[in-house]
Amino acid sequence: MSIERTYAEINERIKSGQAVVLTADEVVSLVEEKGVAQAAKEVDVVTTGTFGPMCSSGAFLNFGHPQPRMRMSKVWLNDVSAYAGVAAADAYIGATEPTEDDPLNKEYPGEFRYGGGHVIEDLVAGRKVKLRAQSYGTDCYPRRELETDISLDDINEAFLFNPRNAYQNYNCAVNVSDKTIYTYMGMLQSNLGNAHYSTSGQLSPLLKDPNFLTIGIGTRIFLGGGVGYVAWNGTQHFPAMLNASGVDLHPSGGTLSVVGDMKQMDARYIRGASMLGYGCSLSVGIGIPIPILNEEVMRWVSRSDKELYAPVMDYSDAYPNRTGELLGYASYADLKSGEITLQGKRVKTAPMSSNPMAVEIANTLKEWIKKGEFEVSQPAQLLPSAKDNIVAKALNTDK
Amino acid sequence: MSSKKIILRFTAATSDKPIIYNLVKDYDLMVNIIKAHINPEKEGTLVLELTGERYQEGINFLEEQNIKVQKLAEQVNYNQDRCTSCGTCTDACPTGALHLERPAMQVQFDSDKCIVCQMCVKVCPMKAMEVCF
Ligand code: SF4
Ligand code: SF4
Repeated sequence: MSIERTYAEINERIKSGQAVVLTADEVVSLVEEKGVAQAAKEVDVVTTGTFGPMCSSGAFLNFGHPQPRMRMSKVWLNDVSAYAGVAAADAYIGATEPTEDDPLNKEYPGEFRYGGGHVIEDLVAGRKVKLRAQSYGTDCYPRRELETDISLDDINEAFLFNPRNAYQNYNCAVNVSDKTIYTYMGMLQSNLGNAHYSTSGQLSPLLKDPNFLTIGIGTRIFLGGGVGYVAWNGTQHFPAMLNASGVDLHPSGGTLSVVGDMKQMDARYIRGASMLGYGCSLSVGIGIPIPILNEEVMRWVSRSDKELYAPVMDYSDAYPNRTGELLGYASYADLKSGEITLQGKRVKTAPMSSNPMAVEIANTLKEWIKKGEFEVSQPAQLLPSAKDNIVAKALNTDK
Repeated sequence: MSSKKIILRFTAATSDKPIIYNLVKDYDLMVNIIKAHINPEKEGTLVLELTGERYQEGINFLEEQNIKVQKLAEQVNYNQDRCTSCGTCTDACPTGALHLERPAMQVQFDSDKCIVCQMCVKVCPMKAMEVCF
């Protein structure tokens, strides 16, 4: 009889301190040694981790009401504009918003030293942040201007609400043109001078549950050092089978929208980032537990870097102009080795996301579960997967 | 005592001031002229290496004379707390001073190999590499 477990059974074992928990790295070697069936019998939960720039991130903040009251209609935090079109004392600070007087790319490539992601990091780190607000004034909210310092402790709610995080898989970015380019995938040297990739491969949450058998709305996760939840699928959630000249590799293209209380977070796992010539961002640490419900879940979770692939794309033309053309596929084992071969040329590789931090997050989550502090949650609803054939829409600019 | 390298930029009006004399005599600095490109009453540059306790006073004096002083980077500093070991800098670094240690993929900085080209200072998303003067 092959093993079947329920969420309730797994949580019973977690509560009694008996759960067997491995990281996604560790489970790869266990399955190599003992096979899927035996590993599924032995292991209750596998923890994954990822840490890297996730641009589609931001935070909802409620500042509390000043006296007299103010219906804040324009808000800046450390001179970074936040969206204040939500009620009187709420705002949303987006990770990629630059400082108001940032020279941007006028002096190319721009440095983008401080932006929304850095504001979020400063708040999580407990540092003071300057709040400036303007309003037009109403009878019930007469105040028109405000400038003060706030900290995370001073304000009511602060929760990260990231519309698109934890990309299942990502392009390996290269540059075939004859000049250096500056992208959200870093500085790409001319004539295939380097290749950048950006997932943690065999540690990456959605590559380890590629068919969304366990991850769904309400899944409890590690988010930025605290406990968070999957709120919905991410925007641009287009899970589809990666197919290399007729061979199905594995699903790719899923994303998550996640939410979590900033007051629980640790600035080690929430960092403002500056991408040269591109813009500001936020590096986010995410870890997702995968409950081993059956052998099928174990089979996917045990996929190694050798069996996981990134599509290789040119960012000088194919990406910006949306030609869809790929230069091939590279396995994460090859990408992590430091060199891949493209068009007969040896190309050095570098990651954008941190492998040591991904390992640290998977290990932290493992410890939480082993100590009985963190239970796995059954999703209220599973997310669309590759078999739902969601088709990405392009924006038509001819209308 | 460590020495520091600076570039001085003169305008036509400042090019004939006896500044070397002042630096030595008034501020007790040892001056090593690395490169000079100066003509009386024309714009010019001078690259100097200065050694001495009163280095900062000497710099202040130069600036008071309306001479533009630019400090040459001596080294880059690696801020380990800021570094997330993302690895993005490792293919930009021309000497391997910043490199990934496999299989853990931990980033290491070997300052002996660093040539202060400052590529890492530009590309590091965490601003973990800083120029020191
Ligand atoms: S300054 Fe240049 S040589 Fe030194 S670590 Fe940075 S990139 Fe490498
Ligand atoms: S780019 Fe910066 S943060 Fe990333 S490994 Fe290099 S020094 Fe560390």
